[in-house]
Amino acid sequence: MITITKNIGKVAILFLNNTGHFFIFFTKISRSFFKPWYFKNIINQMIFIGYFSLPVVSLTSFFTGGALALQIYYGGNQFNSEVIVSSIVALGITRELGPVLGGIVVAGRVSSAIAAELGTMKVTEQIDALKTLSADPISYLIVPRIISGIIMLPILIIFADIIGIMGGWFIGTQSLGFNGSVYIQNTIDFLDTNDISSGLIKASFFGFIITIMGCYQGFNSSGGAQGVGKATTNAVVSASVLILASNYIMTNLFFAS
Amino acid sequence: MIKIENLHKYFENKKVLNGVNLHIKEGTSSVIIGGSGTGKSVLIKCILGLLTPEEGRISIKNNLIFENGKFKKNNKIKIGMLFQGGALFDSLQIWQNVSFYNIQNGKNKKFCLKDAILNLEKVGLSKDVASLYPSELSGGMQKRVALARAISIKPDIIFFDEPTTGLDPISADVINKLIIEKVRDIGATSLTITHDMSSARTISDKIHMLHKGEIIWEGNKDTINSTDNPFVVQFINGLSEGPIN
Repeated sequence: MITITKNIGKVAILFLNNTGHFFIFFTKISRSFFKPWYFKNIINQMIFIGYFSLPVVSLTSFFTGGALALQIYYGGNQFNSEVIVSSIVALGITRELGPVLGGIVVAGRVSSAIAAELGTMKVTEQIDALKTLSADPISYLIVPRIISGIIMLPILIIFADIIGIMGGWFIGTQSLGFNGSVYIQNTIDFLDTNDISSGLIKASFFGFIITIMGCYQGFNSSGGAQGVGKATTNAVVSASVLILASNYIMTNLFFAS
Repeated sequence: MIKIENLHKYFENKKVLNGVNLHIKEGTSSVIIGGSGTGKSVLIKCILGLLTPEEGRISIKNNLIFENGKFKKNNKIKIGMLFQGGALFDSLQIWQNVSFYNIQNGKNKKFCLKDAILNLEKVGLSKDVASLYPSELSGGMQKRVALARAISIKPDIIFFDEPTTGLDPISADVINKLIIEKVRDIGATSLTITHDMSSARTISDKIHMLHKGEIIWEGNKDTINSTDNPFVVQFINGLSEGPIN
């Protein structure tokens, strides 16, 4: 019994300690947003986060749209509901699957890369070297990544939405025998601006989560290669869990009423 | 030039610096020797402001930069640092590494490239190296680039953290000679930490020995061989038996 209580206490202290550390880190970043920005670094990170994530996000979205169309068709066939396939694919992709799956895929690619890069810089004293050369590591390394994440995720998700809907259209027309122009017309008629904008707001927040988790884990890594590996894993796991949890909260906020 | 008084640094419950007192005169080259884990790197990181000591005072050029647990900003003092592993930025080309300080201060590309090549030549590297990345260089060349970066800001003080570690004896000697020459050329005060006695004897004017977070011996390099301090005698002769465990 004592051992169980002891372990619960240890976990609680560790959790509070990590939360405290994170908020100190967050405060430092917030202050650095008001310092001069490194625009070249921001552009480089935008290319890395946005442009180079486009193929993997597009593929994920295309196949998800296709699979969703099949599921709705086969699930709804018994009630003669094929006609709603296009509208539900559009809603599902823009509101949920586009931003969430896109966010998780980008978390796997970007959050891990950021944690590994910053972690390596930390253990090889490159971050200390930045300080000795009068460059603030937070302004130089972290702020550009966070700004890029917040800007590029919604742009990626616009592509994911279009390609996901096209995935549903492709399967609908090629495999389920739907009329292509009717499918697109149904999609346009049914979609609302709020469906798209809610997904893009979510995406922007996910971009923040992905980059800050990568930066936090990388910046606080220690202990050589093993520490960098641990930071990379923690970055992906924490970003993915936070994306799913915050998605639930935001969905509730946007659509509960 | 550098005055350290009663400096204490703890990591959780472990005392790493235990009241360090150190005085380094302007224009001299001092070396701190000591075994692994005696607090040499921690001391240098405390002076640089990379670690915050718990107690003590640090003054540089008569400016108090640390007191009562807080650092005071002083942009007038330029400090260069050669890290143990070089700490070159992997994602930048060599010329961008060397001219990093100038690039951050808004100097144009042409000037930065020219200045980088000039500094690379000072450490015996050709301009062909400028466009390469750190991973394309050998360990000795990386150390030279790191030295070029450290001197490029024309520092008042320059720190060297284990400058010859991981180098073959010939490369180590080249680095030692470059350190002496370049520090003299820019007229800087230097502080080196090392456990390589050959390097310490070559570089230093004055040697300080750190043991368990305290300076236990200091003197000119000529006097180190004649001291009867048992810690120094054991260390410089590399003896396994003696007061150092």
